[in-house]
Amino acid sequence: MLHLPALRWGKPYESLEIDEVLHFRSGEPIAKVSQAVGGIVGRDMRHAHKARAALRDIGCTELIERLKTAGEAYLNGNLPMGDGSQTPDEFARAQSASTGLPEHMCRANMQKNYFVLSNMDRMLDALTRGLDLEVLSRGYGLEDRGVVVSYQAQAPALGLVLPSNSPGVHTLWLPVIPMQIGLVLKPGPQEPWTPYRMAAAFAEAGIPREAIAIYPGGPEVGAAVLSHCQRSKIFGGLPTVERYKGDPGVQVHGPGFSKILLGDDCVDDWEQYIDLMVQSVYANSGRGCINCSGVWASRHTEEIAQALAERLGPIEVKEPDDPEAGLAAFTVPGVAQAVWQMIEADLEADGATHSTAGYGDRLVEMERCAYLRPTVVHAASPEVAISQKEYMFPFVSVVRCPQEKMIEAIGPTLVCSAITADEAWQDALVDATNIDRLNLGPIPTIKLDWLQPHEGNIVEFLYRARALQVPEDKLEQLRAGK
Amino acid sequence: MSAPDIPADVQAAADAARERLDAHTLEIIHWHFSEATGCPFWLERRSELGFDPLKDVKCFDDLKKFPLFEDDWLRGGPVRRWVPQAYADKPIYVFETGGTTGVPKSRVAINDFRTDYEIFSDTLPDEFFPKGANWLMLGPSGPRRLRLAVEHLAQYRGGICFCIDLDPRWVIKLIKKGWTEHLEAYKEHCIDQAITILGAGHDIKCMFTTPKLLESLAEALEAKGSSIAESGITGIFSGGTEFTPQWTRFATEELLDGVYMTPTYGNTLMGLACSKPVTANEGYKISYYAPQPRAVTEVVSFDDPRVTVGYGETGRVKLTTLTNEFFVPGFLERDEGEREPPFAKYPWDGVSGVRPFHELATATTVGVY
Repeated sequence: MLHLPALRWGKPYESLEIDEVLHFRSGEPIAKVSQAVGGIVGRDMRHAHKARAALRDIGCTELIERLKTAGEAYLNGNLPMGDGSQTPDEFARAQSASTGLPEHMCRANMQKNYFVLSNMDRMLDALTRGLDLEVLSRGYGLEDRGVVVSYQAQAPALGLVLPSNSPGVHTLWLPVIPMQIGLVLKPGPQEPWTPYRMAAAFAEAGIPREAIAIYPGGPEVGAAVLSHCQRSKIFGGLPTVERYKGDPGVQVHGPGFSKILLGDDCVDDWEQYIDLMVQSVYANSGRGCINCSGVWASRHTEEIAQALAERLGPIEVKEPDDPEAGLAAFTVPGVAQAVWQMIEADLEADGATHSTAGYGDRLVEMERCAYLRPTVVHAASPEVAISQKEYMFPFVSVVRCPQEKMIEAIGPTLVCSAITADEAWQDALVDATNIDRLNLGPIPTIKLDWLQPHEGNIVEFLYRARALQVPEDKLEQLRAGK
Repeated sequence: MSAPDIPADVQAAADAARERLDAHTLEIIHWHFSEATGCPFWLERRSELGFDPLKDVKCFDDLKKFPLFEDDWLRGGPVRRWVPQAYADKPIYVFETGGTTGVPKSRVAINDFRTDYEIFSDTLPDEFFPKGANWLMLGPSGPRRLRLAVEHLAQYRGGICFCIDLDPRWVIKLIKKGWTEHLEAYKEHCIDQAITILGAGHDIKCMFTTPKLLESLAEALEAKGSSIAESGITGIFSGGTEFTPQWTRFATEELLDGVYMTPTYGNTLMGLACSKPVTANEGYKISYYAPQPRAVTEVVSFDDPRVTVGYGETGRVKLTTLTNEFFVPGFLERDEGEREPPFAKYPWDGVSGVRPFHELATATTVGVY
C-alpha cells in the first residue's frame, strides 16, 4: 500500500500518526497518509521565506515554462506518489475510489488542471492586466506608459486548506508558484492525491522542492496553516465562511449558490434554455460551487421545474468506472441521509413541491456509502426556505419571483447567468454586489473563462500595489530595460 | 494482545498489588460508609444502593455493585455533603472543574492533592527536576486543583512556584464563539507572563505546562533568539489528552533540545497517573498508570462498562478513586484508550493512546490551555 509522508518544504516526514484513505465502496485501505501536528506547521513556517527565495532565483517567465512541463508530467507521466508511483490511470482510479467521483470526472479534472498549467502565461497576463512579470520578481518596474509601479508580496507562501469533495478546486492555487510565492497545502483527508501528484510534477519540471509543503492532518493542522500563513485560502461550508469573513489574510471559498435568472423578456422562450440549465445543474455531479442550485423566473416556473425533472429525475446511479456515470457518492457515513432529511423537512413547507418525486427514490443507500439522485423542487416564492438551499449533488430549486425583486431576493450568488436582453436590468445586474461572476446571456454557470478572476483576483490577494520612487538615474536604467 | 507474556516476577508483583488494592478497597468502604467517618452523601445513599457496602464489598471487583458515578452529583451545594465526618473540623479546599457555563463540578479536598503530588514527586528524576529549584506553573489559575498541586509539588521539592493568570473558562468561551483573534491574543498574554517570569532572574528550572502552551512558549522564546533549554528549564511535567506519540516525538526532536518532559494524565476527581518512560525505541508510546491503590484506571467495554477489555484492546477509561477524603466508585471518563499490561515499576493495568471518547469527541472542547 502507498504511504504518503508529509512534505516539509519538500522533505518527506513520516509521522507516527497514520490515517488510512479508504475505498468508498469496499472500505479497503488504499493509502496510508502521515498526519502532521500543528506545531510542525508553525516550526516550518519560520523558513517560508526560503520558499520564495528559491522561486525568485528562477524568475517568473522561466517558472511559467517549467509549469508547462509540469502540466505534461501531471497529465501523462508515471509520477512518484509517496513511497510508490502512479500512472495517470492509477491516479484517476485512486481519486475516484476515495472521493466517490466517477473516474471519467477525475480524468476531466486532470484535463482542467493541465489546461491551466499550460496556459499560465495567458492567465497571469490577464490577471495582472498585462504587467511585466519582472515587476513581481523585482518588486517594482516601469509600465509602458512610463510610470513606476510596485507590487509587494504580502506573504512568502500561500496556505491552502483544501476540501475532500471537489478535485476541481486545485486550479485556484496553480498560478501561485509562477508568482514566486511558496505553497503550504493541507489536503482534504479523502483527496490527498492532487497535491502530491502536482508536487511531484512540479519537482520533475525543476520547480524547487523547498517551495512546497504538504501537511495532511486534522482540523488542528488546518488551523495552524491559517494562523501561520499571512495569506491563506480555505474551502468550507457556511460556518467557515462566517468565521473568516472580514479577515484580510483569509480568502474563504464556500457554497456558491450559483443561479440562472430568466428575464421577463426571455422567460416565455424557457424551453430553449433547458439544456443549459440541465448542464449547469448536473455537470461534475453538481458538486462545484459554480453548479446551478437555483433557476429564477417570474412565470412558467412549474413548467420549467417539470421539464428539468423529466431530464434529471430518471438519472440512475452507475458504477464509478462507467463512462456514463454522472453521480458522485457521498462517502462520509450519514451525510447523504442527513441531507435528504433536510430536503424532506423543507418540502413540508407551503409553496414547496418536489418535482422529481415521480421518478423513484432519491436517496440510494449502499453498505458504505450513499447517493442522492438529481432533485428538482419548485418554490412558489423566494420566501419558501428551500429556494435558498445548495447541496453537494445535482439539486435545483426553480423559484417564482417577480423580476424587479429578483436581484435582492437571490442573495449571495457566486455565478449568475442572467438570460435577458433588457438593458436596464443588465445595468442593475452589473451593479449588484451580491453577484460575483456575472454571465450576461445564455451561458452555463459552469462555463469558466480562465482568463478572468474567480472569487477575487489572486494577484491582488498575494500582492499589494504600493508607491515606490527611485532617483532619475535609476529611472533611466529602468527605461533602458536594465 | 489478549494474553501478553507477563514475566513471572511482574506477575507476582501484580498479584501482590491486587491484594493490596482489595484490602485498601475494604478499608475505604468502611471509612466512607461508617457514621463516624463517612460523608453525608454516601451515608444517605447507602439505603438506596440495594446492597450493604459494609457487608457486600469484600474486594475491588465488588465495587461493580455500585452504579456508575455521575459527575453531575458534584454540581451545586451544599458542598459539605462531600466532607467526611472525620474531617469536619479540618480546613477544607474546594476545587472546581467545568463551569464555562452553568454550575461547575466541585470536589472537596483536605490533603489529597498534597499526597498525590508527593507520590508523583518520587517519580521525577532529580537530574532534570533538581531539588530546591524554582518552578513555573504555566497552566490554569483560579479554583483549580492543578494550580495548588503544582505549587505544593515545588514546595515539597524545596522550591518556590511562580504562577501566571490563565482563565480556562474564558478560553473555552473564545473557542466556542470562534473569536480566533482574541484566542491568539489571550494565548500571547499568557506566554508573555511566562517569558517575563523566566527572564526575571528567578532561577526557574522546572515547569508544568500543556502541549499547546509548550509549543507557544518555544515559538515565542525562539522569536526572541532563545529556547526552552536556554531559558534555564531542565524538566517539564505536562498533561492533556492531545499528548499523542507524534506530538511527543515532535516536542522531543524539535522543541526540547534535551530538556526532560514527562507526560501525565489526570483530573480533579482522580489525581495524577504517571507515564511509563517514553522512548523513541517504543515509538514514543505513552502508557499511563494510576497511583494504585489510591486511584485505579480500567479500560472497559464501550457497551458494558462493567467488563474490562483484553490487553491491547480499546475501550473507555473508567476511574475509581479510593482515598479517605473522596470515594468515586467507577466514573466513566470522557476518554478512550488501549489497556496496557502491568510492568515492574507499576505492577497493575495501565492505559495507552488516551484520546477523547469517539462518541463525545466532536462535542468536547479539549486541550484549551
